[in-house]
Amino acid sequence: MEIWNRHFECMDREELRSVQGERLRETVERVYFHVPFYRQKMQERGLGPENIQSIDDISKLPFTIKNDLRDNYPFGLFASPMSEIVRLHASSGTTGKPTVVGYTRRDIATWSEVMARTLTSAGATRDDFIHIAYGYGLFTGGLGLHYGGEKIGASVIPVSGGNTKRQLQLMHDFGSTVLACTPSYALYLAEAIEESGLRREDLKLKVGVFGAEPWTENMRREIEDKLQIKAIDIYGLSEIIGPGVASECIFQQGLHINEDHFYPEIIDPDTLEILPAGKTGELVFTTITKEGLPLIRYRTRDLTRLHYEKCSCGRTMVRMDKCLGRSDDMLIIRGVNLFPTQVESVLLEMSEIKPHYQLIVDRVNNLDEIELRVEVDEQFFQDKIGQLMSLRQKIQQNLESSLGLSIKITLVEPKTLERSDGKSQRVIDRRAY
Amino acid sequence: MIVHQLSVFLENKSGRLTEVLETLGQENIKITALSVADTSEFGILRMIVSDPVKAKLLLKEKSFTVNLTEVLSIITPNEARYYAKALKILSDIDISIEYTYAFSVGERSVIILRTSNTELAIKALQEHEIELLRASELYKI
Repeated sequence: MEIWNRHFECMDREELRSVQGERLRETVERVYFHVPFYRQKMQERGLGPENIQSIDDISKLPFTIKNDLRDNYPFGLFASPMSEIVRLHASSGTTGKPTVVGYTRRDIATWSEVMARTLTSAGATRDDFIHIAYGYGLFTGGLGLHYGGEKIGASVIPVSGGNTKRQLQLMHDFGSTVLACTPSYALYLAEAIEESGLRREDLKLKVGVFGAEPWTENMRREIEDKLQIKAIDIYGLSEIIGPGVASECIFQQGLHINEDHFYPEIIDPDTLEILPAGKTGELVFTTITKEGLPLIRYRTRDLTRLHYEKCSCGRTMVRMDKCLGRSDDMLIIRGVNLFPTQVESVLLEMSEIKPHYQLIVDRVNNLDEIELRVEVDEQFFQDKIGQLMSLRQKIQQNLESSLGLSIKITLVEPKTLERSDGKSQRVIDRRAY
Repeated sequence: MIVHQLSVFLENKSGRLTEVLETLGQENIKITALSVADTSEFGILRMIVSDPVKAKLLLKEKSFTVNLTEVLSIITPNEARYYAKALKILSDIDISIEYTYAFSVGERSVIILRTSNTELAIKALQEHEIELLRASELYKI
């Protein structure tokens, strides 16, 4: 069983803490002198770089949230001059401003390194054919896997998302051995393979690395069963680096966090207190080697817990559980992040309707479906079918143009969306996690 | 001559039409005519009732989306050519029909019409001596 970087991935905890402390010290110095946002936040707390000496001092530092990135759009939190930035990525499909992340040449090297670890821990080697069906482009999935695949010397197939028929043909003709995509797309592909008449023995797939959306153990079993591969869970978010933040090894006992680059904490999302190992809370990351966009105590909103016991694979890197949910109401629909309030603000701009709505999310044929149920307002109701149909179309177009998501619209009778206690339930998520 | 028709928005789910009718029935509202226009997802129920204002209030209390719509009603012998004649009078002066429904009583047909201009339509039909029904007469049928 290979380990890509035995020196760091199997490092003794004491030594690791000293490396983390040193790297945190450098990161804090960097943001203090290069990012006005952080300097001001630290000064408000009476902190200077000299107050951060060891990793334990991290609790003195302020938190960062997603809105801080939006407020400083596009490059306000960058800690490197633009001449040093060699790559930009951005979050997709949300209203207003996207979240922009920038990488220096060294950041790209770090990203390739952590992705090489990820792929190696899934069992991939230079002899593999890595079939990357994550989207390429502003989304970090495709390119993140791509650089990691090249780093380990595998043959990378940058097929990107969509065009299932071509995916199957290349998978067959090139002899893809490693599949990288979202878990729901993996299931979709499994069904497409079945329908295509291809026999499993005609394909050489042996392992899949799946992430970018929450998935259950049930889904894992289904994927492993249908595709006859090992399904490895990987975790990342573009703000921190993209994929490569954490990954399961072949023992599938939690995701090893690359904590020599991304220092994790678990906090209580209400009190912001740090919680002890084993307790469930919100995952917070501090990037301790990044140059382009270092983030201090970034609140991911993902709920999980950490395990520090040594893993059977020999790695000492802390493991996190599969994410158990979120501490906010963000939905992930076909890889696009969506907050219910974004839907609400689109509805509020339309005078013909009142923002009484309900979002119903489901998974049909392994793909996310989203339906918006919106109440017909009496003042607008004039008994003509054509008028209601065009209203429906207008809502759909407005949502699609500002959210980048195609949402099915259903007009419903007023007050049918209220629950018995009078409080409306905005989101019904029927996908099983 | 304007008749106030009751229009109700209905989701396509079982029991909704029953609920409308039961609500009206409990207060002895009589229904002279009824039609449902439907799409795959919702429908619009249109009714001529004995007391449209009261009916509207009753349904609103039950949280239905309901409105009163101005329509007109004519009565002709129940032969197609009389229906055609009335419609032609309207089309000749560029008044369009948004929807219509009808029913027969003995040898005569009662036709409900929603047009693009109710007042002009009434005037034109009267000029051609088409018999129009007042709301009060209609409710008694």
